[in-house]
Amino acid sequence: MRALIPLRRRRDPAPSRLRYRLARLWLRPWLRSAVTLWLPVAVIGVSGWAVLSQPLMMGRMRQAFDDIRASILAQPELMLQGLAITGGSQALHPRIAEAVGVGFPVSSLALDLDAVRARIEAISAVAEARVSVGPDRRLVISIREREPAAILRRGGTLYLVDRDGVLIAQLAQRAARPELPVLAGEGAEDHVREALRIVQVARPIAGRLRGLVRVGARRWDLVLNRDQRIQLPEDDPVLALRRVLAFNEAEHLLDRDIRRIDMRDRTRPVLQLGPDALRALRPAEPAPEGEET
Amino acid sequence: MSARIFDTQRFMRDRLRAALRRGTLGVLDIGSAKISCLVLRIDPERLDAVRPAGRSAQAGLDAVRVIGFANTQSRGVRMGEIDAIDEAERGVRTVLSRAQKHAGERIDQVAVAISGGAPRSYGVSGAAPVAQGEVTAQDIGAALVSCILPDFGPGRDVIHAQPVNFTLDHRTGLSDPRGQVGARLSVDMHMLTAAHAAIRNLAFVIRRCDLELAGVATAAYAAGLSALVEDEMELGAACVDLGAETTSVSVFLKRHMIFADVLRLGAAHVTQDIAHAFAAPLEDAERVKTKHGEVQATGRDDREMIELRRIGSERDFERRMITRTELIGVIRPRMEEILEDVRLRLDAAGFDCLPGQRVVLTGGGSQLPGLEDLATRILGRPVRIGRPLRIQGLPQAATAAQFSALVGLAAHAVRPQDECWDFELPGRYGPQGLRRALRWFRENW
Repeated sequence: MRALIPLRRRRDPAPSRLRYRLARLWLRPWLRSAVTLWLPVAVIGVSGWAVLSQPLMMGRMRQAFDDIRASILAQPELMLQGLAITGGSQALHPRIAEAVGVGFPVSSLALDLDAVRARIEAISAVAEARVSVGPDRRLVISIREREPAAILRRGGTLYLVDRDGVLIAQLAQRAARPELPVLAGEGAEDHVREALRIVQVARPIAGRLRGLVRVGARRWDLVLNRDQRIQLPEDDPVLALRRVLAFNEAEHLLDRDIRRIDMRDRTRPVLQLGPDALRALRPAEPAPEGEET
Repeated sequence: MSARIFDTQRFMRDRLRAALRRGTLGVLDIGSAKISCLVLRIDPERLDAVRPAGRSAQAGLDAVRVIGFANTQSRGVRMGEIDAIDEAERGVRTVLSRAQKHAGERIDQVAVAISGGAPRSYGVSGAAPVAQGEVTAQDIGAALVSCILPDFGPGRDVIHAQPVNFTLDHRTGLSDPRGQVGARLSVDMHMLTAAHAAIRNLAFVIRRCDLELAGVATAAYAAGLSALVEDEMELGAACVDLGAETTSVSVFLKRHMIFADVLRLGAAHVTQDIAHAFAAPLEDAERVKTKHGEVQATGRDDREMIELRRIGSERDFERRMITRTELIGVIRPRMEEILEDVRLRLDAAGFDCLPGQRVVLTGGGSQLPGLEDLATRILGRPVRIGRPLRIQGLPQAATAAQFSALVGLAAHAVRPQDECWDFELPGRYGPQGLRRALRWFRENW
């Protein structure tokens, strides 16, 4: 009979019953996934939540984040040292520099280029601006300026407007820009292009042209000196003006004592004569009785 | 025959089916020298697909894959029977934990091969009239129930009861009479009993390892399933499994086992003989046997010297030399004795009358060089050495002859042959049977 009580303990290759059971338990897929995957996930999730939910810890983390951010912003490689403006007139540059609104040196990371561009483009004289960080650590702003195309009179004030009708600046006196036509009337700034075309066609009488008046926000009147006025139709005013000019070429119409040339009805141009012309005309044909005015 | 004696077998068969459906099954061979285990992965759909293909014992193995294998030295087992429960349990735990670790999967049901228990085989027959013209499963059940059981003696359990032959009226040799027309059906059944205590101890060990026993097969049958090729099984052949302390003999005809017996002699006795003869420690004797052992002496063996330690020597370096001829002179008589015993058992079983006379040697003892010639001479029949079937994924280490029973048990568990308890036996249910089943459970599980 074998010894029922073991005399000495030798290492037994057999797993103990507990180890055997644990090994078998470990082979259950749900337990294995629970221990290897879900338990760590839960521990990490809960502990992370517990740490983050404390306001003190939150404040410290925010502080640390801000410190890191500030140290990055303070890098000299990222600092912008100055401003370079290209394009546009010299008179505009100080206004743009003012509109940029940041004090140099400033970190390029802290600068919102889109906001700077929006601020610059808010200046009415600037048609388009490009803002970028240049290679020599300067803020490069390239400008396309609005070109004044006409003078708009509104009330008693004169303004410069560009081809799109955008007001650029006030003008002190008309004589400062004699080459630009003067526009007036309600809604004139919305039809600057049309007015410019009319002015171009009216080049033969440019010396006499004083300005264009928008009538009833609908059509143009050409105002000449000597108190003459050409009323142009709503549609195709250029053609009507050409006809007037052709008349003028042939008959020197505008040199005569005529108050108004009414071209509003293209089939029936109407002239309004001046008082001298009326007087000269009246003896030629005796007025019928009772119609003398 | 009472219909209720197979309730536990039915219960185990249900567990086996459940394991096959679930797809994982363990196979355990508790031998006297080694305990080995296979973990099988079974594809149930493929297993069902091959079912109608044939009645071959080896069909269905393509649905099986070995995913775990472990082998360890046996402990607490003598003569194929459990000798010390806790030691045997440790051995089973070792092998199971290794196999499960290898497989990466947990097994809950195991089929076990038993080589001890002094199995005895009986041929019984019964007959019953066919109820409704065509033979149905109920008719087969009725014929099986009508078998007159021999007196097994006390403390014996039936572990195999396989219908091997059906006779319908005057036609005999039918393998499956279902659907055929006839008036009287008689059935021949091969029954194998084993000692109740041996099976009980086995079940107890398995239960202590938190496993469910899903079938018990005798090692002789399992070894035959694995070592014989199908034609040998069909034509008639004997399989001799030379184990460590038991030698199992099984005789197959028409793909059925018709006889099985176990000799309580084996290769470990050869080791003991060597240890006795040369007063050597057992471990040296085992080493010398496996390394230099042979059964056929030649003149050259006189000059070949083998070093052996002397038993009881105080110091390890006290050695002496023996010639290989001397060693063979010890091994050969014992092998002759074993083989002559085998011949006696075969003769007693009427193996002479079978059409096929082949004998297949397998098991660890069959690896002794020259044994084939010796066995041919002693048994007087053509002998070959059989190795286990090839299953997918079977490791190289498990293809040696000593694993025939293990692999055969896998084949048996995956495609169990119809046994008596697979048929619906009339008069099975009743309070009496239920009570007996419950009592059996209380005793055994």
